[in-house]
Amino acid sequence: MASPSTRGAAIDLKSVSKHYGSFIALDKVSLGIKPGEFMTLLGPSGSGKTTTLNVIAGFTEVSSGSLDVGGKSVIGVPAHKRNIGVVFQHYALFPHMTVSRNVAYPLTLRGIANPDREARVRKALDMVKMADFGHRFPSELSGGQQQRVALARAIVFDPPLLLMDEPLGALDKKLREWLQLEIKRIHRELGTTFVYVTHDQEEALVLSDRIAVFNQGRIEQIGTGRQLYDEPETLFVGKFVGDSTILRGAASTSGNETAIDIEGRKVAAAKRLADGAKPVMLLRPEKLSLARRGKGGQGRNTLPGRIGEAIYLGSGSKYEVVLADTSKAIVRSSLDAETFAIGDEVDLVFAGSDVKLLADDENADFTLT
Amino acid sequence: MRAIDSRNTVPAVAADDRRRWFRGQAFWLVAPALLLLVICLGLPLAIVTLRSFSEPQWGWQNYAWFFGTPVNLTVLQRTFAISAWVTLVCLIAGYPYAYVMTAVGPKMRLVLILCVLVPFWVSGVVRTLAWVILLQDSGVINSVIRAVGLGPVKLIRTQTGVVIGMAQVLLPFMILPLYSVMKTIDLRLMQAARSLGASPARAFAQVYLPLSLPGVYAGAIIVFILALGFYITPALLGGPRSTMLSTLIQNQVLSLLNWGRGGAMGVVLLIATFVLLALAAPLSRQPHKTGSRR
Amino acid sequence: MKQPGRILLGLYCLLVAVWLVAPTIVVVPMSFNDKKSLAFPPSGFSWQWYQNFFTNPEWSASLIGSLKVAVVTAVFATVIGTLAAFGLDRMKSRVSGVLRALLITPMVVPGVVLAVGIYAVYLDTRLVGTMTGFVLAHTMLAVPFVIIAVSASLEVFDKRLETAAASLGATRLTAFRTVTLPLIAPGILSGLLFAFVTSFDEIIVALFITSPYLKTLPVQIFSSITRDADPTVAAVGTLLFITTSLVIGAGLLICSRQGRR
Repeated sequence: MASPSTRGAAIDLKSVSKHYGSFIALDKVSLGIKPGEFMTLLGPSGSGKTTTLNVIAGFTEVSSGSLDVGGKSVIGVPAHKRNIGVVFQHYALFPHMTVSRNVAYPLTLRGIANPDREARVRKALDMVKMADFGHRFPSELSGGQQQRVALARAIVFDPPLLLMDEPLGALDKKLREWLQLEIKRIHRELGTTFVYVTHDQEEALVLSDRIAVFNQGRIEQIGTGRQLYDEPETLFVGKFVGDSTILRGAASTSGNETAIDIEGRKVAAAKRLADGAKPVMLLRPEKLSLARRGKGGQGRNTLPGRIGEAIYLGSGSKYEVVLADTSKAIVRSSLDAETFAIGDEVDLVFAGSDVKLLADDENADFTLT
Repeated sequence: MRAIDSRNTVPAVAADDRRRWFRGQAFWLVAPALLLLVICLGLPLAIVTLRSFSEPQWGWQNYAWFFGTPVNLTVLQRTFAISAWVTLVCLIAGYPYAYVMTAVGPKMRLVLILCVLVPFWVSGVVRTLAWVILLQDSGVINSVIRAVGLGPVKLIRTQTGVVIGMAQVLLPFMILPLYSVMKTIDLRLMQAARSLGASPARAFAQVYLPLSLPGVYAGAIIVFILALGFYITPALLGGPRSTMLSTLIQNQVLSLLNWGRGGAMGVVLLIATFVLLALAAPLSRQPHKTGSRR
Repeated sequence: MKQPGRILLGLYCLLVAVWLVAPTIVVVPMSFNDKKSLAFPPSGFSWQWYQNFFTNPEWSASLIGSLKVAVVTAVFATVIGTLAAFGLDRMKSRVSGVLRALLITPMVVPGVVLAVGIYAVYLDTRLVGTMTGFVLAHTMLAVPFVIIAVSASLEVFDKRLETAAASLGATRLTAFRTVTLPLIAPGILSGLLFAFVTSFDEIIVALFITSPYLKTLPVQIFSSITRDADPTVAAVGTLLFITTSLVIGAGLLICSRQGRR
């Protein structure tokens, strides 16, 4: 396999749409992926991320828009001529072939004969640490092993681009976390462009160079994990990536100062808003702290609430605080912090500069299935 | 709400999308089978129907003769009666057998399935001969009955003999649909019913039995319909008092060369078959599948 | 369930199993009968009925006739039935439902009615007693079994594997040859077997369209039974039973060896 960083293909989607009758699966999606980049398409069910992957793979034709892979348009090029590796959630290993023959399959199709073929199969299986399983049949392997074989099969023909469609979705948590690190390592070693589809935001944060957040057939934001977490551009991104507390209030602006009124309490805002606007305030759990009612929080913003749920996490505690308007805030505190019990009257304490002010969006709700 | 769950629908549509060019060709793949069906099934049945009206001259004469002759009506009635008996016997024998097939381990299940399939291994005619051997006055069954100290029972050339022989031939057609439905029934539902306070009998009657009914209907329909058209077994095992409609048809055409009357009988049998099939088919659909046993 | 109930149920099943199997087994002792009689139990031992089967030209000709018809029928029915199963699989479900029901009707049409009709057609087209006549009729009867067998394996075949093959560089044809075909081969093979057996075992249509020049084994058996009590039939039955057992035994062995996959 060639040297890293030179062999990944760039991908360029411009204004790609896909309609099924009246259903819009993709709505003018534009996305540029750099050579060798690990790009994750993140979003809830039906958000268009898998459709985007299918479009790149050639399983689905676009209704409109352009798609370049490696600088060349692949619109109309059938899947088998695109030379793109795909790893499926359901593994899709051929049950009538051994592991070795599965991995050798794309090489056979490309007319690569032994001993070259055998050497490359061994190398690919080595890379996924499955070299001892070549003679087995897929049904004799565990889910995690099957997925590693599927990965070997998708990289054995040195595709410049590897697509992965929720490859770890069917595996349990521990195995998933370990395989995430394996996939990261393989990406580093290969230098191939990876496009990874998942609905699991933690997985996306672990793996990706950049993440494209999908919602309802559109991309909400593209950025690194840190950008998405710290600087969400839309309410949907803020809610989907990481835990968050959402507060709603009314802005009152005089001069350059904006204060936001939440249930009678004034909270100083970090930026100026139009008077009477109804912004959404988003706060990350670690930006919030708790204090017993009326004790502490001087000089900062406070909101009264009651502890609704207290969860011990090992590394600290997580609290769900029910506020006066019945909305819920999530607070994470470290081990050495003061502990609270369910029912305790508390003040939610935060700095105005940590508040993200976002436009309200009725389409920001999602369900995880 | 726009965010409908399209995870399952979209990839399927995508697959169809790629297969669309194949759609037009799909019909041509089926065409040879349809052509054969028209030539070897449609045409013959059309000719039978035609001759029932046209021989010896045009009109309803053959049907008038069929329904006006008491012997024919007796045979028609008997054909239905024998078919009903055969279906009942198959159901009584097959239901517990199919249930046991779902309840035993895989090795035993293989043995039970082999027992169901063994009758198919040997030509139907030979099997009927075997029944002649078993049922005849000096046959195996009568030897056993005599050994127990009871008098000989007339079995060969009686309706009972015909039912016994036909039911054995048709039993697999009852057991297999029963089994295929029963194996989808989640046995935990029975446990659930028991835990909710149902007696075993009640749990069976209110949970298991209703869920197995599609299999019962499917098996019963196919057995009854196949029994209606039976020819070889009644011809060899039966006597003059157990003649069925098929024998009468064969006799009219081959011995008496009366195509009109034979045709009319054939049309009656055909219509009876399809009417039954149309009436009963909706019953055998499985309305609610229970959860898989994974 | 309580213990006595289980025992009772087990005994009942044993009885049903005996009822299913007995008629197949009972012909074996009869085939070694020393007298020309079908009385049970046989009074002595002899091989003469096997000898008769292999030397009497009436029997051997009918066996050869049956084999010829069944082999040709099996090949035609498998090709036509497999194509149809693929076609049905690729169609919209409502259309395929109707077509499937239509294609399976030969299984429920009363045999004698069908035989009378075919006889009428064959009399007009001079197909009575011909190979073509037998193969046409038997193929029509066998196609439904092939469709059912192949459809069943197409139903469990994971079509996403074809997509996977495409992503690895396989054309549609290559994917079919290397992935689809090997995976549905068991269905096609069992369809082939069913088709062979259907033809080899078919008697009603054969009784009508037979001629002295082309007679199938079931017809010969039938006329032998109706003519006199000839234990040669039992010998034929035993031979068929042994042959089928060997074929099925071999099949099971292969299946269990592949079962580890």
